[in-house]
Amino acid sequence: MLDALIQGILLGGYYAILAAGLSLMFGVVRFINLAHGDLAILGAYLVLFAVEVLGLSPWVAVAATLPIMALIGWLLQATWFARTVKGGFLLPLLTTFGLGAVLQNGMFGLFGSDTKSLGNHIGNLSWASWQLPFGISVGQLPVITFVVAVTVLGTLQLVLSFTRLGRAIRATASDPEAAELSGIDARAVHRAAAAIAVALAGLAGAFLAMRALINPYAGPAQLIFAFEAVVIGGIGSLWGTLIGGIVLGVAQSLGATVSAQGFQLAGHLVFLAVLGVRLYLAHSRNLGGWRSLLPALKPGRKPAARLQHATSEGRS
Amino acid sequence: MTLLSVTNLVAGHGLLTAVREVSFSLDTGEVLGLIGANGAGKTTLFRTLAGVHPAISGTILLDDVEVTDSSAFRRVARGIAMVPEGRRLFAEMSVRENLLVAGENGRRGPWSLDGVLAALPALAPLLNVPAGGLSGGQRQAVAIGRALMSNPKVLLLDEVSLGLSPVAIEGLYEQLEGLKRQADTAMIVVEQDLDRAMGFSDRVLCMLEGRIVLEGDPQALGKQAITDAYFGLAHLEVTHA
Repeated sequence: MLDALIQGILLGGYYAILAAGLSLMFGVVRFINLAHGDLAILGAYLVLFAVEVLGLSPWVAVAATLPIMALIGWLLQATWFARTVKGGFLLPLLTTFGLGAVLQNGMFGLFGSDTKSLGNHIGNLSWASWQLPFGISVGQLPVITFVVAVTVLGTLQLVLSFTRLGRAIRATASDPEAAELSGIDARAVHRAAAAIAVALAGLAGAFLAMRALINPYAGPAQLIFAFEAVVIGGIGSLWGTLIGGIVLGVAQSLGATVSAQGFQLAGHLVFLAVLGVRLYLAHSRNLGGWRSLLPALKPGRKPAARLQHATSEGRS
Repeated sequence: MTLLSVTNLVAGHGLLTAVREVSFSLDTGEVLGLIGANGAGKTTLFRTLAGVHPAISGTILLDDVEVTDSSAFRRVARGIAMVPEGRRLFAEMSVRENLLVAGENGRRGPWSLDGVLAALPALAPLLNVPAGGLSGGQRQAVAIGRALMSNPKVLLLDEVSLGLSPVAIEGLYEQLEGLKRQADTAMIVVEQDLDRAMGFSDRVLCMLEGRIVLEGDPQALGKQAITDAYFGLAHLEVTHA
């Protein structure tokens, strides 16, 4: 049990890196990127390409890929995402859903359908572990991933808190028009946020490829994990993504101790539970709570009238 | 010396034309009072001058440079800053950060954090307080300080006294009077209180249904003429003449 708990916490590091970009895009640009998981897989394939074709060492390849991913994010925001945001709530979802499909099939065309991994390029790191007391073994790669996650989130926190760019990002996230009236180029800030978000997706993809097998269609599953971590930790919250990732990772690890299928199922159940609690609390604040609707379901009352009353209260 | 020149400016919302061929100019250091009833087009005119609302036609010149199609942040860099209606502070950021954001991204000039704190001393003890937790008067002072940090040549103040207590309004205008004496920044002030607008401004413009229907020295025009223009009585007389 303790072993599963530790493995789950460390797995949360990977989810935190993956989810941080998604959270940043939503928090700053107000944009839900359904291609985030596919961009992570694209990052993994770029690292694989740099290692297998160009002959770079895996860590150098990761370092070289991050600026490329950042450039991709910058270009996507400048050319597509910024335009779709003007089209209302649905257009960004449809656009990034389509982008995800294009990325999946593009990677299939370029790299083939075979599963691949960086594991065989990083020596014994993919399976090496440290032995702790009480028979607990801790994988070196998960520890490195977790340390990188904390370092990345800490660096982002410092940038957001103490730099000119960070203040501009926070101001734009708070009120883009007021930010423009303070001299900030909000569109440039959005492009910078997208660049950081896609670079983080690429970094997460590289760590995924080090510890697991990937294929061109692995992105949507990663997107679901990222969403779950973001929702559990709180949308738009930087450190919340780490907490959300840890909760998700621990749930999955504990679920896996019950059965092999329990790995994903436990994560989804925790996500649904947190989502339910969040919705309950949100309704409690806005409509006086779901409990106020319960009497409407009792015999002798008029549910429709009660519901209409509650809805009109919410609008006023 | 003419600092801001607006010629035949037209702006609107969809099919509604809110600003109709408005023309006026503003000299360096001058304070212009913009008055008019709700819906007269004052806020749309302000937002168009600041660059957050597009002009349909007409020209806006700042220091003889056309800025009609410039985005808001470029106009801030050239010297137009607006204190928007509702203050629009960055609620989760501290007062210091709200001020620094404008200082870092605005125009270079004499205003600094120390200068703003000297002009608006009430802000000094609030520097580390989140802007979302301030009172209405404090928020308005931060909004004015934030605009000053961008070193504007033209400061647009939209409904600065809206929602404030009489005591807070008195304190606010004392601070604005201080700014008039300190800086050669020109100001355009939207103010619903006619007496306040007449007392604070060197010149008033009265808007009605998107047009300027009266312009001049407030003391020379007199309150009755301004009130008639405000309610459209003077406009109707002219129209029917």
